[in-house]
Amino acid sequence: MAKIGTVKEILITTAEVYDFCKEFFVKAFTPPFEAKEIIKQCFSIGNKSFLLISFTSLLAGVVFTKQSQPSLSSFGAESWLPSLVSQAVVRSLGPLITGLICAGKFGSNMGAELGSMRVTEQIDAMEVSGTRPFSYLVVSRVIASTFMLPILVIYSDAVALFGSFIMVNSFNDTGLLLFLNEVSVSITYLDIGSSLIKSALFGLSIGLIGCFAGYHSEKGTTGVGKAANTAVVVSMFSIFIIDIIILQFLNLVR
Amino acid sequence: MPNTAVENDNTISIHPKKMIEIIDVCKSFDERQILKNINLTVYDKENLVVLGRSGTGKSVLIKCMVGLLTPDSGSIKILDYNLTAINKEELNELRLQVGFSFQGSALYDSMSVKENLEFPLKRNLAIYERQKLHELVIAALQDVGLEHTLNLYPAELSGGMKKRIGIARTLILNPKIMLYDEPTSGLDPITSGEINELILKVREKYNTTSVIITHDISCAREVSDKVVALVNGESTLQGTFDELKKSENSELKQFFNY
Repeated sequence: MAKIGTVKEILITTAEVYDFCKEFFVKAFTPPFEAKEIIKQCFSIGNKSFLLISFTSLLAGVVFTKQSQPSLSSFGAESWLPSLVSQAVVRSLGPLITGLICAGKFGSNMGAELGSMRVTEQIDAMEVSGTRPFSYLVVSRVIASTFMLPILVIYSDAVALFGSFIMVNSFNDTGLLLFLNEVSVSITYLDIGSSLIKSALFGLSIGLIGCFAGYHSEKGTTGVGKAANTAVVVSMFSIFIIDIIILQFLNLVR
Repeated sequence: MPNTAVENDNTISIHPKKMIEIIDVCKSFDERQILKNINLTVYDKENLVVLGRSGTGKSVLIKCMVGLLTPDSGSIKILDYNLTAINKEELNELRLQVGFSFQGSALYDSMSVKENLEFPLKRNLAIYERQKLHELVIAALQDVGLEHTLNLYPAELSGGMKKRIGIARTLILNPKIMLYDEPTSGLDPITSGEINELILKVREKYNTTSVIITHDISCAREVSDKVVALVNGESTLQGTFDELKKSENSELKQFFNY
């Protein structure tokens, strides 16, 4: 009986996820659009994660450069350091660090916020007054996270490369212009494009998972905690899955 | 109770207009049947109280009336809409005419009182003009006697104030029907009395038909025209407050004598 119950629950959740995603895509492209709320959410996402992304990306750039330097210098290839770091940062480190931070920071926030709104019947109150809560609460948040992730990734890449430059400069007095020249030569448009598409997909998945967990939160305070937890765990997992799929696809293209 | 006159040849018959008609509604959760063949009718400008112990399905019934829950069988007719055979657009049209006051008030806690009241105006009636919004919000707050709370947040309000603001937020759309879910629960007797007065005042001013879900006997006595007692998920006991008070039903007797 327990197994039948579990299978039934999985099927019900799958159907709910399908309906949720379908409703999102229909309402995202159907007026009225929630421009004001989307801008508000974009500001909130940027504002919440700005400092954390700055510190983490700077440290990632510094540490990665410091770790790579001995290996490269052991066979006289220290001059390749900017090229190595820039490819690693733009292709993988930047989107991954930003995605994971955002999943923890505003994925959990979405889950908890919408979850507590569900528990305290605020979403029901919006529904019964005909104020289209799905568009207002879900569509605006998912669009904002999809839009903001690529912007944050560009910023994160820039900060990580700056951190890397500090270390490279301390090793062998490489100037900023030379460093930037090395970086620009080693990064292709495909790297930048794929990084931005990947980060937009990270944002979409974080938004959808966070909002789904909160919107379908169970009643009670434990439901809110569970929603926040589910939002973080599942969106982090989805980030790695998306990363692997895009990596496989890019390997075919390159 | 005001009535609707219907002219027919040489005779004039007076029929109160049916605002809500619930026929044989059943609702179960898993194996547990909560509502068993519920039947009730609410006429224009009538205050119907649904009385019952906790867990008898009162809130389930009122949630079925606004489409938050779907009954397993039976039909619910509200105004000219059959709720069991209605599409999303029609449901939204209906919801604009039905105000719902939640048990926990359900105020949007990230918004101030002013923003809470402006929210349905902006999103349903597309009113964005500041002066107009301000006038409507102040008028609704004056109706519940809380105009001084305009810039406060829900966390800064008492339980009674939250209930009143919740009622003001529904009244701002001029509903034809008001549904109150436990309007006096968790309040002291004085504040409960004030809420009861407010329910009667709302009917006078807005000409609303109301369904009040409660287990508070004094609330039922003060605001009801008619009472339906839910006992074991059934609605077999209906009548005025005084009629039900004389009922021989053991559970109801216990309820009134407690």
